[in-house]
Amino acid sequence: MLTARRLGKRYGEKRVLRGLDLTLPRGDFLVVTGPNGSGKTTLLRICAGLAQPTEGTIERSAARAQVGYLGHEPLVYRELTALENLELYGRLYRVPERRERIGMLLERFGLWEVRHGRVASYSRGMTQRLALCRVLLHEPELLVLDEPYSALDEAGSELLDAQLAELRGERTFLVSTHDPARVEPLASGRLALAT
Amino acid sequence: MTYVRDVGALARKDLLLELRARDTLPAMLLFVAAVFVIFHFALPGTPSRLETTGFLWVAILFTALLGLGRAFVPEREQRMMDGLVLAPCDRSAIWLAKSLATLAFLVAAEVVALPLYALFFHAVGGAMVAAVLLADLGICGVGTFLGAMAVVTRARDLLLPLLFLPLAMPIVVGAVGASIVAAPGRYLVFLALYDLLFAVVCWATFEYVVAE
Repeated sequence: MLTARRLGKRYGEKRVLRGLDLTLPRGDFLVVTGPNGSGKTTLLRICAGLAQPTEGTIERSAARAQVGYLGHEPLVYRELTALENLELYGRLYRVPERRERIGMLLERFGLWEVRHGRVASYSRGMTQRLALCRVLLHEPELLVLDEPYSALDEAGSELLDAQLAELRGERTFLVSTHDPARVEPLASGRLALAT
Repeated sequence: MTYVRDVGALARKDLLLELRARDTLPAMLLFVAAVFVIFHFALPGTPSRLETTGFLWVAILFTALLGLGRAFVPEREQRMMDGLVLAPCDRSAIWLAKSLATLAFLVAAEVVALPLYALFFHAVGGAMVAAVLLADLGICGVGTFLGAMAVVTRARDLLLPLLFLPLAMPIVVGAVGASIVAAPGRYLVFLALYDLLFAVVCWATFEYVVAE
């Protein structure tokens, strides 16, 4: 699904990644750990196609439409409602039976009742749940999740656990976290980055 | 057809955002009205048609700059460009949709500006309206493209006018010419060619503007 060779990334003088080799076969669940500034987010952004490496190569068999990326920002418009945000993404990703899929995800993540509320009125945890709905909406082959548990309460975290467990094996995962124990039962490998 | 649907979905989103936030259009309307009132009182006697046409275009350009400067604010503040860039649609659809939304705001501002021009200065002819519409296409296409470039820089508020105004000079030349000469045909053709040329350039290269 994903192969990186001698991957490196610089921002000006600052080197964030150096000489990283990575192979992520289809169906694997790779957990990326490391302290702040070790390059986890940079690596995930490169793997999702949002950033280009300055050294090395990366090959991804999943097309852009088959990548689901959850970053530090929820990537939803605060002035739109949950429904409007997911409608927009559903159209852009050409999701078949879009309305049904959106309804199912909003139900599953406990946002159905507030679907007509603007995202600006949501708590951080609700916004994160909506971001997860956005990521899963088009049923991506490759899920790149950067700190997916951040801002989620226990109920939200359990929902995400269940969702990841359901998709484990069917999809390929690249997940960065400060709490590797949470996803340990699902993980097929771990990549520890150092500063 | 899917391209048109993508552009439609993205433009609808931009219009909806403005409808909710009301950040841009009221400011543009107020600005253009204030500029004409200021010109009306600042200009001595009865200014010539050539002079007032120049002022009209100054007002339109700076009103457009106001809208263009805010065009990518939601994407910048909420880092939404990542979400749009990841979507599998052609990235030029983002530019086209944003240009259309900005065009809608600019036309709305001109619906106020042109009657004020007629009220304070001279009558508005068909050639002037045609020049305004053709110039709007160029202003919004080029301005949106440059707005996307400027928004990722720290000096974005300075950079957009610095990049945009030199590129808008041919628009002013064409539009003022079309507004004042008896046979405006060649100026209108000039504006149409400018629109076409820059539309193709922006459409073909927008991908590289939004890519890292």
